[in-house]
Amino acid sequence: MNKGRWLALPALGWLTAFFLIPLFFVVAISFCQRGTYGEVLYQFTLENYRRFFEPLYLNILSDTVQMSVVTTILTFLLGYPLAYRIVRMNRSWQNVWLLMVMVPFWINFLIRSYAWVVILRSQGLLNTFLIASGLIDQPLNLLYNPAAVQLGMIYTHLPFMVLPVYVSLEQLDRRLLEAAYDLGGTPWQSFRQVTLPLTLPGIAAGSILVFVSSLGMFVVPDIMGGAKSALIGNLIQNQFLSARDWPFGSALSILLTVFSLVLIYLYYRVLESQKGKGGRH
Amino acid sequence: MKGLRHHLLFAYALAVLAFLYIPIIVLVLYSFNESRVNAQWTGWTVKWYLSLLDNKQVLNALENSLSIGVVSTIFSTVMGTSVALALHRYRYRWQGAINSLIYLPILVPEIVMGLSLLILFSQLAFPLGKATIIIAHITFCVSFVVVIVSARLEGMGKELEEAAQDLGASPWQTFRYVTLPLISPGIIAGALLAFTLSIDDFVISFFVAGPNSTTLTLYIYGMVKRGISPEINALSAMLIAIIVVLVVIVQWLQNKDRDEHSPHQMPF
Repeated sequence: MNKGRWLALPALGWLTAFFLIPLFFVVAISFCQRGTYGEVLYQFTLENYRRFFEPLYLNILSDTVQMSVVTTILTFLLGYPLAYRIVRMNRSWQNVWLLMVMVPFWINFLIRSYAWVVILRSQGLLNTFLIASGLIDQPLNLLYNPAAVQLGMIYTHLPFMVLPVYVSLEQLDRRLLEAAYDLGGTPWQSFRQVTLPLTLPGIAAGSILVFVSSLGMFVVPDIMGGAKSALIGNLIQNQFLSARDWPFGSALSILLTVFSLVLIYLYYRVLESQKGKGGRH
Repeated sequence: MKGLRHHLLFAYALAVLAFLYIPIIVLVLYSFNESRVNAQWTGWTVKWYLSLLDNKQVLNALENSLSIGVVSTIFSTVMGTSVALALHRYRYRWQGAINSLIYLPILVPEIVMGLSLLILFSQLAFPLGKATIIIAHITFCVSFVVVIVSARLEGMGKELEEAAQDLGASPWQTFRYVTLPLISPGIIAGALLAFTLSIDDFVISFFVAGPNSTTLTLYIYGMVKRGISPEINALSAMLIAIIVVLVVIVQWLQNKDRDEHSPHQMPF
């Protein structure tokens, strides 16, 4: 009967070899020194972690966190009302709208970011339009600045917010809202005191997805930010591919990983305690 | 008053949807623009599509993407399904650690997974190429397959398998005639997801690709970095068209499944 136990072995062996061991390498290298030619010297040091606290890198961290927070808040402000409105439609319209939200989600984010390049660059659609309409006579620098990166981040992450929020709104027990109305609640009160708290798990799921994914992002800043915008993702990528400082890049990666995992862990803790309070049905 | 609020909210939802679609529509439209600079509209053309189909590098990249996708899908689906079955049926020592090992790859930032594999391959002096991309893709796809197949197994319960065993079926017969047919929608969904993830992946491939193993997304990245060429618009438009068709088909199949069978939905 126990013959089937070995079925777990291939996948576990695979993940040990190509996930766990590589991760240990990163941890190990983060405590090593960089040689003159970019090689890794196996001599213990904490220097890579200390270096992170230099103002230059702390600034990049605060830029990254700020960018990710704004992305999360704005995807929420854009996404929640959209999901809310979709839930109020009849079944077939719901499916059509959901499909419309899902399609961009499946389009590669390189292509989605590039679409904005077509619109925003100096000879792009927007500048051409503004010049043709006589509003400006010199093209504006709409691309390759932090605002463009922010826009790209919001754009590529919006579906990550809409879908989980939609799921939690869809599961919401309508009878609770009817009860709120029967008790004389205004629509706004019912929304504030019933809908919003009960869809908190969906909001949290969407926020975690958006926030954690924004933290490690390096492609959108790469494509839409030019040389001016560097987030942690870009910094890590540079350490590995240009600066050839693998130990420092590894230390940054470990910090990013730990930070992301702690956030996800906290999210689950909050979710668990919500369940405990009977907030969910 | 209620009507007004209703209409305002609808207008807002429509505006957000427009925000999602305007860039995509612009991109597709510009792929038909005659002008090479593509700032101004100089007339309709399909020449960028034609030159794209003549472009050896694109076709090569497409071939790489597809072959990597197929191999990664097969391996990750088989491994993911077997581990999901084993975990569903047996309790293991170190169960918590095993679960963490399976689900962590989904949670660890992509960039970290990519560079950790780069480190591994360089320490082993393993040359970067298609093989390393396939290894990387299998690694992140396995976990997603496990999630989807496990969800299906959970929904199935253990009663039917136990009934089959009580009626004298061998473990293999039970698997072949009871378990497998019941979880096959989950396996198919998992395989589809693995294939999509593999085709779509940029970040991890970026770190472990060699000079001769450019995939389609890596090629697009190179084009975008090098500068604007109308061919990127055409390529993007084609990929968008394929994705729209695929999503519509999958959605249609799912709805059909939902109407005819269970109220349970896969966590897509």
